[in-house]
This record gives sequence, structure tokens and C-alpha cells, in this order.
Amino acid sequence: MAYSDKVIDHYEHPRNVGRMDDKSDNVGTGMVGAPACGDVMRLQIQVNDDGLIEDAKFKTYGCGSAIASSSLLTEWVKGKSIDEAEQIKNTAIAEELALPPVKIHCSVLAEDAIKAAVKSIRDKRGQAADDVQEAG
Amino acid sequence: MKLPIYLDYSATCPVDPRVASKMAEQMTMEGNFGNPASRSHLYGWKAEEAVEDARRQVAELVNADPREIVWTSGATESDNLAIKGAAHFYQGRGKHIITSKIEHKAVLDACRQLEREGFEVTYLNPREDGIVYPEQVEEALREDTVLVSLMHVNNEIGVINDIAAIGEICRAKKVIFHVDAAQSAGKLPIDLAEMKVDLMSFSGHKVYGPKGVGALYVRRKPRVRIEAQVHGGGHERGMRSGTLPTHQIVGMGEAFRIAREEMASENERLLMLRNRFWDQIKDMEEVHINGSVEQRVVGNLNVSFAFVEGESLIMSLKDLAISSGSACTSASLEPSYVLRALGVNDEMAHSSLRFSFGRFTTESDVDTAASEVRKAVEKLRELSPLWDMYKDGIDLNSIEWAAH
Repeated sequence: MAYSDKVIDHYEHPRNVGRMDDKSDNVGTGMVGAPACGDVMRLQIQVNDDGLIEDAKFKTYGCGSAIASSSLLTEWVKGKSIDEAEQIKNTAIAEELALPPVKIHCSVLAEDAIKAAVKSIRDKRGQAADDVQEAG
Repeated sequence: MKLPIYLDYSATCPVDPRVASKMAEQMTMEGNFGNPASRSHLYGWKAEEAVEDARRQVAELVNADPREIVWTSGATESDNLAIKGAAHFYQGRGKHIITSKIEHKAVLDACRQLEREGFEVTYLNPREDGIVYPEQVEEALREDTVLVSLMHVNNEIGVINDIAAIGEICRAKKVIFHVDAAQSAGKLPIDLAEMKVDLMSFSGHKVYGPKGVGALYVRRKPRVRIEAQVHGGGHERGMRSGTLPTHQIVGMGEAFRIAREEMASENERLLMLRNRFWDQIKDMEEVHINGSVEQRVVGNLNVSFAFVEGESLIMSLKDLAISSGSACTSASLEPSYVLRALGVNDEMAHSSLRFSFGRFTTESDVDTAASEVRKAVEKLRELSPLWDMYKDGIDLNSIEWAAH
């Protein structure tokens, strides 16, 4: 199967590979997919108090398109607010990477990953706010 | 070194140069171009002679009578002719067929077709080692069983079935026994004078012959009957009509002759190469061979590299021509049905690679391949969240994954 140059570039030089401390209050983690289906993405975002994504890291088990989709996503979300990041659509990822139809699910997974990461940071902060109230 | 390094001999083989030169002599005006069925002139007679020489060469490899060899277009046609041909001919006796879940699609799809025609098919599940045991066949036999079709060697995992023992069981019950030997001919000794096999499929291109030609062995004593699937000029004793492609047939004959003469020394060399390859990767963590190691042809190694996905692994290994059990390239997202039937979980099936070594594989090929594989697996594990989890001691089965 022929991959686009962009997929190959991200696959060979993945950006922002790594992991963050999931326990940190500033880190949101989105883990999506399933090993049995052949792809699992873990996307982590470090969010400041203003809701801006200061850093993003990923690790992905999956095909080249899945790895490229998540690598591209980390580039896109850095510097965005979590509200903006949440709006990223899979179609934009698929278009940027010129994914063939059988690989569209990789971009869907990437969209799911950022949504899950944002939800995780919101949950944490909601939880933290509750904690403060309880303590008060 | 020619790149990518070819390690996919189970898919197909390059034609041996000795075969290619023989084939080239069968085509032009100066060569042996005649129609073997032409009885009225020298060109036909010479072509017929070449075809009969090749028939003898194929028969000799498996200790059969040349009259028991029927030319076909390949193992797929041979499987179809054997299974549908025997089922149709003997359907008066019963309509039950036994095969296994890990057969080649040519067998499985032929059986599916017979199911649509009213036959009942039992698909045996191999054990964890990939082998279908004779007692499983014995247990599945019924009063109305007419045909058992099992492969000698599996194409994905290279595991060997004991067809001699299964043949005894079938013969005792007067059930026709078909064996797909596409992956075993020229790799394992086959003695059809001894083995109680009634029908056997062969492929030309898996034995360094050309593509587009194969053969079906049809036993004469006791006589086995099949119904033709292709009708026409009554070639091949009416079992398979169509003008015989002399060049293909001569190529297959020469390929089988070479296989007979060189099999023993070639197997020794291939085993050495496979061991050399495996020795360079076996110390990696979580690397598993799929299927029996002992009861396996020497040219095959099917390995799962846990926590990395097969297609991305292949993408990293662009200097190697290999196959993956991950079907991520297909729309279904289903991994190898063979590995699944062995009880290999989906994740490990997605992580599998098949290396198949052959006549033109060198020591430096396997050394390069092993070092490339190590590098790629290490790189992808660095990228893999599953590897992190494994290293953290998390049991992946304990997690509720959202299937998608």
C-alpha cells in the first residue's frame, strides 16, 4: 500500500513522542482504541490555568496512519485552548495526511483521543474545584 | 545485496534459472512450440513428449505413477477440482465433508460453495500448536462423510499435519482423502505409494517453477473418481480440458526434478539460516513463535512481536519483503484467521510477521533482516503505549477497551 509523503514523514520522524505524569493536575490523558482492533492511542496534554495547551505527547500502537494521525494531532493542539482543540475534526486530519478510505478510522481515533484528553482535564479540574469547596 | 531482501518464499518463489531456460525452449518457432494434443505432426509429438517427461518428473517427486498426475492452472484449481470433483462424484454416498479452519481459501471457499449446494462441512479447529491431529479427524467422521480435505503444511505458520496417519483413518472408513500439498511438495518427503492419500494438490511456483501451473494427483489404485469442473476437448483423461501450456508444464517438471535432487541439502541449509535468524532475535522480550516449532517446515518462521502492530512493523522494514498476520491493510480489520484459530489473541495476531526463507536466501540476508527487525521493534515499542503498560506491570487483559 502506498502512503502519502506526509504519513511517511510523521511515521519516520514522529513528533512529541512521550508520556507525562497522568497524576499531575495539569495533565489530561486520552487513551482510545483497543489492542484487538490493531490500534491504541494515548494522547496527553499539559494545560495551564488559562486553559491553554502548553505541551502534548503521544504514544500509539497501530499502523503507520494511526501513528501519523496522532503525531500530527500533537503538533496541532500545542498552543491551542482546550476549547479550540476539542473542535479538531477527523476530516481535517485525514485531509492533511491524504489518508485513503480504509485508514479514515485512524483519524477518527485521533479525534476521539483529543476529545478524551480534554474531557480528562475538565474532569480533573471539576474534581479539584469540588475538593476546594469541600475543604472550605 | 538486492533490496528489499526477499523473505516471502511461502507466497511465491522466483523461478530457478535452470527452470527458466528450459521454459524458454518451449515457445518460439525454433523451439518446442507445438500443441501437445496435435497428433498429426512432429511439432505436436515433440510437445507431447515434453509434457509427458514433466509429468514423470512431478510424479517422481512424490513417488506416484505419471498417469496419476493431472495438469491444472495451479493449486487453487487443483483444490477446487479435487474437492468439488470428488464431492459431486460421490454425493450418492453422503454429503458430509471434513476440513479445518486454517485451510487455504481455495479449500475453504470450495467447501462454502458445496455448503450452498446442500453439503454439510465440519471445520476442525487445530490445537494451539496449529496441528490437526488424526484423532480429531476420527472423531469427526460420520456415516455420511465422503471427503476429508486437509493441508499438509500450513501456508502461514508452516506447521506439518501427519497426513500418513490421517490417510490410514480415512482409508479404513472408505472416505476420500484430499491433501493440499502446495506448501509441502519439494520441502518434505512425500511417498504416495505408501501414504493413503487419494487426491493431492501441487503448485508450480511454490517450488521455484512458474506461476499459472499446478497439478492434481488422482489415485488409480484404488481408483478415485472426480467429476470434471472444466469441460472441453477431453484433455487430461477428461478430468481437465484445455490446451496444455507446454512451457509452464516443462517448467514445473524441471522445478520438481530439481526439488527431488536437492531437497535434502536445501533443507539442511534452510534450517541453518532459520536458526541463525532466530538466534539473533529470540532474546528480545515478548517475542513468540506461532505454531509448533518442531513439527514445521524449515523455511518458515511466524513470529509475534507483542505490543507492536504488524503493518507499522512492515512499514519500518521497507528493506525486507515479508508478510504480516495483521490485516490492517484490508477493510475488515480482521487479523489472520489462521492465527485466530490457534487461539492467538487478536492483538498478538496483529503483531505477527511471517518470514519464509528459500533457495536464494543468504546468511547476510538473514543477518541484515534480524538486525532490521530488532531496530524496528525497539523503535515501535518506544512509540507503543501498550509497551509502557507492560513495563509498568499492567495486565492488558484487565483493561476494558472500547472496541471500535
